[in-house]
Amino acid sequence: MCNETLYSQAFEIQGMDFINAGRVSSAIKETLKSLDVPPRMIRRMAIAAFEAEMNVVCYAEEATCELIVTEGFIKVVITDKGDGIEDVELAMQEGYSTATDLIREMGFGAGIGLPNIKKNSDSMVIESVPGKGTRIEFQVDRNGQGDK
Amino acid sequence: MKFSDIGKILDAELLTGCSGGEAEFEIACSADLMSDILAHACSGAVLVTGLTTAQAVRTAEMADLTAIIFVRNKRPPQEVIQLGEAKGIPIWVSKFNMFESCGRLYAQGIRTARIE
Repeated sequence: MCNETLYSQAFEIQGMDFINAGRVSSAIKETLKSLDVPPRMIRRMAIAAFEAEMNVVCYAEEATCELIVTEGFIKVVITDKGDGIEDVELAMQEGYSTATDLIREMGFGAGIGLPNIKKNSDSMVIESVPGKGTRIEFQVDRNGQGDK
Repeated sequence: MKFSDIGKILDAELLTGCSGGEAEFEIACSADLMSDILAHACSGAVLVTGLTTAQAVRTAEMADLTAIIFVRNKRPPQEVIQLGEAKGIPIWVSKFNMFESCGRLYAQGIRTARIE
């Protein structure tokens, strides 16, 4: 029964909205704090969620974001509408980036976002349809041993 | 090093009501690229950066960083200061550039990671 949903919450993220970028990750962090999740686990999830949120803000039109908490794991699923990723394997390589100057001015676009989401989660699945959008799902196991 | 010494050591002005006071910190990280901070910074570190957007505060929030020092006397917009205030993250602005700021912190014993 450990995968029964204890808590879930849905959010929306707007592309190119740099003013509000980070609000969803901030709300996720506050929620996990209120659920007494250990700080190290919250930090990993908050960093992964922020990277994924910034990806939507930088590259997609809009997205829905769902936080799911069970006794066994904490999961975030972000489904965006946008250009999608042509080559997911290439996008996973550190340093690969299609960032514009505006994105770089915001302090992002170094090509390490997706690898950092992977590093800060225990599992990550990314699927993308070029021209339509991307779905990314990542989770931290609550019985995990911390950073990989 | 005490948070309250940042002003003196870095010739810095405190922009937020919260300051960290007499509490001490021992680690810091520096970059203008928030991606680097998110990928490598240790929790509890002070962020030294020239990036004065809200993303610096958000990055500090997500990575559990304890304070932000903006270098080169770059003053952030008011909403960035307000965000720091709301999140309890003190913000200073130092007259020194990145290299000098980091050097002065290092000279005070501040390092990039805790010695385990």
